Amino acid sequence: MPMLTVDGIETYYGNIKALKGISLTVDEGEIVTLIGSNGAGKSTTLRSISGLNPPRKGQIVFEGKDITTRPAQEIVTLGISQSPEGRHCFARMTVRENLDLGAYLRKDSKADISGDMDQIFDLFPRLKEREKQKAGTMSGGEQQMLAIGRAMMARPRLLLLDEPSMGIAPILVEKIYETVVEINKQGTTILLVEQNANYALGVSNRGYVLETGAVVLTDESSKLRTNPDVQKAYLGT
Amino acid sequence: MATTVKKKPLAALEDRFPKLGRGPQAVLITAIAIFAVIFPLLMDPISGTLADATQYLAYVVMGLGLNIVVGFAGLLDLGYVAFYAVGAYCSGWLMSSFYADANIHILVTGTAAQAPGVHVNFLLVLVIAAMLCAVAGVIIGLPTLRLRGDYIAIVTLAFGEIVHVFAVNGDGIHPFGVGYPLTKGRDGISPIDQIKLPGLSQFNSYLNLRPYYWTILAIAAIAIFISLRLRDSRLGRAWIAIREDEVAAASMGIPLVKTKLQAYAIGAALGGVSGAFLGPYLQIVNADSFAFSFSIFVIATIILGGLGSVWGVVLGSILLSYINYTLIPDQLNSVPHKIGLDFNLADVSIGIFGVLLLFVMLIRPEGLLPERRRKIELTEGIGAAETSFEVST
Repeated sequence: MPMLTVDGIETYYGNIKALKGISLTVDEGEIVTLIGSNGAGKSTTLRSISGLNPPRKGQIVFEGKDITTRPAQEIVTLGISQSPEGRHCFARMTVRENLDLGAYLRKDSKADISGDMDQIFDLFPRLKEREKQKAGTMSGGEQQMLAIGRAMMARPRLLLLDEPSMGIAPILVEKIYETVVEINKQGTTILLVEQNANYALGVSNRGYVLETGAVVLTDESSKLRTNPDVQKAYLGT
Repeated sequence: MATTVKKKPLAALEDRFPKLGRGPQAVLITAIAIFAVIFPLLMDPISGTLADATQYLAYVVMGLGLNIVVGFAGLLDLGYVAFYAVGAYCSGWLMSSFYADANIHILVTGTAAQAPGVHVNFLLVLVIAAMLCAVAGVIIGLPTLRLRGDYIAIVTLAFGEIVHVFAVNGDGIHPFGVGYPLTKGRDGISPIDQIKLPGLSQFNSYLNLRPYYWTILAIAAIAIFISLRLRDSRLGRAWIAIREDEVAAASMGIPLVKTKLQAYAIGAALGGVSGAFLGPYLQIVNADSFAFSFSIFVIATIILGGLGSVWGVVLGSILLSYINYTLIPDQLNSVPHKIGLDFNLADVSIGIFGVLLLFVMLIRPEGLLPERRRKIELTEGIGAAETSFEVST
């Protein structure tokens, strides 16, 4: 059974139907990516899963539990955490304070949490250097590292990454993607949303192509990369 | 787009007086605390200064309460007077002969035990007022949960006015049957039982104000303690996170509904406690005291002192109370007449607040004793993250 099953969800912003029945699965240990252009519903899918925008129809099952209408805090506790689109770091808090908030719902000891923080610093040495710096004064790439690190502080089994390459210098994007692969190797399943299909298909096992709120194509990432339609529409080749 | 950073006039002053370290700060706070305790012994037990100081401290408690909602959690509440009213009416209902037909006496002695009406021990009234206001805070908070910024302000403003209108017209509202009106409108419920507390000499708002002063000083000290503890607590961090970025806070699993309602409830409870004290202290619970301008007054005190800054709010409340209730009506009231103008200065006190706040915004927008984070926000120009979709709660 897949770790996450999304079955025919329909999600609205007010009266606007953003998702018109999206279905997908994520198996444990995978990196799965959703690609598609602006407004295709990629971020909305993540927001539906994480409980920020619960769907009106359809079902989301995570590790056998129906999480469709559970509030965001319960979903985080169950093991799904999200690095939101646009990073959303707490600009006026330090790197350390941001990471601390990532562990907000955990009832583990302080030692456990600071041990996890050291692991985040191992993954992103740049964050260690800037531990006491205000998040808002850092570059976009550094904030993205922080957003991912903060999501990891919740000790998720499934990590939702929303456009980690958005507005970031290419050299940092490489670095971030290396780390994403590393996080996956250490045992965290990842659902990745990207506009930059090149990167996303490079690191992922499987991909879904979204268009105007629906899945139009799904395959192994290596096959999607060579699919002429995908190449024309999303890979710019 | 190179912008030159102009040094604020007061920043230069700060350089000359470097920040106190933790040690000296503790000494300073202790010294002020000791002075605050022995202060009534230095003057006549019914002196005007003591009366003023007691009232100021009650406003400090309200400032601290509102600071939890506005300063900590970032929810702009323009109807805070509602909680003052509910708290004050608790003392009006439960500590007077207003409901003369009812004969309920709980843990009271002396004249209050003999008089007709409902007479409940002051400490119990404090607890009831805090609980009732916490519930009222949640009720006012609920419809604002899906709103942001200015819209929260409008809804809370309306609630403040609703409570005020109920207070004014309450003499015609009989929720508990004939003979039991809700309030006494503009006539006011009076007199209220004098407070009695073990260990303190006779409370008497006409002859001996010292016990009243010490009581509100203790309440203020507790409110300061609660504020400081909350600021540094898990809940305090959650409030700051929500204030900074709701989307991120929700992504981290901070329960928005619960966390916001907790801010409303705790903030309201402090307002209620202060109101329940002012009832017996002023000996009257009058609907006219609960006008919109009072909400503005409390907001102004915390902006002047520094939003989110506990000590700033204490200073701001005392300073603005002094200006509003002593300096303008007592010292400067006849100044316009002296220069040939036909009005009292007290008539334009709201206008004076406005000018004062304008100056605060221009010269020192972070308030007199700013909170660390706010200062960064206002001086270093680090904005919050860009706005995103609404978070459904």
